[in-house]
Amino acid sequence: MSRADVLVDADWAEAHLDDPQVVFVEVDEDVSAYDVGHLKGAVRLDWTQELQQPAARDLVDRDDFSALLSAKGISNDDTVVLYGGNNNWFAAYAYWQFKLYGHADVKLLDGGRKKWELDGRELVKEPADRPATQYVAKDADLSIRAFRDEVVASIGEKNLVDVRSPDEFSGKIKAPAHLPQEQSQRAGHIPTAINIPWSKAAADDGTFKPDDQLAALYGEQGFDDGRSTIAYCRIGERSSHTWFVLHELLGKTDVKNYDGSWAEYGSLVGVPVQKDV
Amino acid sequence: MCGAPDQDTLPALEVSAGEAVVHGVVRRDGAPLAGAYVRLLDRTGEFTAEVQTSATGYFRFYAADGDWTLRALAPGKVVDTPVSAVRGQAVEATVEIPA
Repeated sequence: MSRADVLVDADWAEAHLDDPQVVFVEVDEDVSAYDVGHLKGAVRLDWTQELQQPAARDLVDRDDFSALLSAKGISNDDTVVLYGGNNNWFAAYAYWQFKLYGHADVKLLDGGRKKWELDGRELVKEPADRPATQYVAKDADLSIRAFRDEVVASIGEKNLVDVRSPDEFSGKIKAPAHLPQEQSQRAGHIPTAINIPWSKAAADDGTFKPDDQLAALYGEQGFDDGRSTIAYCRIGERSSHTWFVLHELLGKTDVKNYDGSWAEYGSLVGVPVQKDV
Repeated sequence: MCGAPDQDTLPALEVSAGEAVVHGVVRRDGAPLAGAYVRLLDRTGEFTAEVQTSATGYFRFYAADGDWTLRALAPGKVVDTPVSAVRGQAVEATVEIPA
């Protein structure tokens, strides 16, 4: 696995907008962004309603994932290029989910919507119209998904990488600063976690930093290459961004995304929490 | 919800005692600029949050007490504007992007 296998730049994307082998997929939490404009031919995935079971707050299961991709007109042998707003957080989450269900060829568009917009590249309003397919997902690959019991058991044992902002990590604030701060969770972080914000892995325009800078970043922050790793944030999408960096770009082994993240951990009764303020 | 909320459909501004709101408008050539990216950087320059301005150029952050920098991104432009947030208050900032 190398950068070229998992990441495409905007020039490549622009040159492949009409490539029948490539399906561009926009993934946002705020799905109205797609209506304002999207890459020509791109289909939309709604992170909240289509990639998760809204009532249970869990991932869609294998059969639902198969049905979803079939309805979107995505085939098992298509090259899927994911992109979105929020610096590709939700696109990275979808990437992780495509990998979880075994899609063979999936990539991220470096910089996502933001880089595309800042470059002044074309966005269109016409929704994509792709004929339905018979997509067949594989069994979930749980080697890349962490659950809460494993996280608790990993305190002091594995690299626990908290990718939230420093103020969320310390417990000063409970949610990213673009959101109201009324939350049910406790404030703080999982003991022994190291705080390496997702944003340190990306430039202002949302593109990933070069591999050598990324490798140095985690090393400097106390990441131990001899240990297995679990990344978490608040709801699992920023940690997907870091999971992508660690597992897909840097090729580290045994890296899991804890998609329950702080929304779950910070609501559990009786688990250890460290607060620094 | 974790992504940046649509700045066109934000609820009316109510500042609770624990929040320090920073909000305002991004302008270019004196006119509100829709679709600009505004990043909230902490006192060390660390990224904290990012939103995209509404149709009227509006943005809003829920920060903590202290000094922050607003970094606005528009095609070909990056503008930094310092701002101090105060708990229990909404501090207004105007970001001017040169033509």
